[in-house]
Amino acid sequence: MADISMVINGREVRGSVEDRTLLVHFLREHQGLTGTHVGCDTSQCGACVVHVDGKAVKSCTMLAAQASGSEVTTIEGLAKDGHLHPVQAAFKEHHGLQCGFCTPGMIMAAVDMIRRYPGGLDEKTVRAELEGNICRCTGYHNIVKAVLAASEAMSKPAVAA
Amino acid sequence: MYQTTYHRPSSVAEAVRMLGEAADGKFLGGGQTLIPTMKQRLAAPSDVIDLRHIAELKGITVSGRDVRIGAGTTHEEVANHSGLAAVCPAICYLAGHIGDPHVRHMGTIGGSISNNDPAADYPSAMLALNAMIHTSKRALSADEFFTGLFGTALDEDEIVTAVSFTAPEKAGYAKFPNPASRYALTGVFVAKRPEGVRVAVTGAGEDGVFRATAIENALSRSFEPSVLDGIAMPADGLMSDIHASAEYRANLIVVMAKRAVQAANG
Repeated sequence: MADISMVINGREVRGSVEDRTLLVHFLREHQGLTGTHVGCDTSQCGACVVHVDGKAVKSCTMLAAQASGSEVTTIEGLAKDGHLHPVQAAFKEHHGLQCGFCTPGMIMAAVDMIRRYPGGLDEKTVRAELEGNICRCTGYHNIVKAVLAASEAMSKPAVAA
Repeated sequence: MYQTTYHRPSSVAEAVRMLGEAADGKFLGGGQTLIPTMKQRLAAPSDVIDLRHIAELKGITVSGRDVRIGAGTTHEEVANHSGLAAVCPAICYLAGHIGDPHVRHMGTIGGSISNNDPAADYPSAMLALNAMIHTSKRALSADEFFTGLFGTALDEDEIVTAVSFTAPEKAGYAKFPNPASRYALTGVFVAKRPEGVRVAVTGAGEDGVFRATAIENALSRSFEPSVLDGIAMPADGLMSDIHASAEYRANLIVVMAKRAVQAANG
């Protein structure tokens, strides 16, 4: 067994897990954070994307023990004070989902993508950057729209209250 | 996944010692191949020794045209390194087209070349750039290092610590990606130096990465895509699978070589 500790969505957690436990299973089964999904289980679909130390990774392709000592953000950690994260809001506004299964991974990938392109995004870049996230419903069109809208919204300076 | 025991060394020496103490241990780089393989029960190491927390394996240094990339450097770091982009943008391009963004955040150059997947991108760059592969025991040329399908000259307990090369005058990489996996169905890396051109092909050979000498000879005469017009690569020794026949890959080698030269010429 591996004794592990990490900060998940700002909360320090500890656990004792089998060494072979994947990060996604630690999140879902030990921490009850079922927003992170397992889609393909073969490291291709991206439904399990979370941020580890600020970078998007596939939590089905990382042992929980590998993430010990790291800061992890999951889809549950995005909304603050009852307000959706701008990317979540944009997915809602632009109907960037149908069944919703891929959505947590899409949104975590989008947040990471927007962070990496502070100068803004265009459609071609968004489509290329979504290489690691598969959606079987939408045909990606509204997902791309949502990511572009969120990128735009997040680049605007916050209006002082 | 079968049971395994996780270890986290903080130095190369400690990692080597841990492997020595394990019944059937494996070094774990970014894990983007080994973890999926373990999940499918195609690999079942008794111990995994995580190399991600070893500081001496990290980082890129560029001094003049001399490049050294630590084995633990991720694809994302290589893709976005401005110093590297200034002397050898082709390797940044290559790294930025491995897998997908999430894979690139984890996967490392050391892991990629140690695995020597016949469809991985990096082996072609190492071979074409005439890179040196530095390990915990020695330094080898890329020609000596890659020995066949998933084969390298590495001993069981030997760790790749870095790769180094002198940036060529020009270099380019082009791949035809498998539409599902993004692995190279065929990828070609070309590197031009005053003494000649080296061309390495990945994704196509039954024995893994190889040099295409006919293309090298032609490009050494004139480094232009058109010089490859009449060249036909033999299909012998190339892979045939559900994705592409050997003949198709033979044709792709020439097409990708032309595109790589075009990219190198800017």
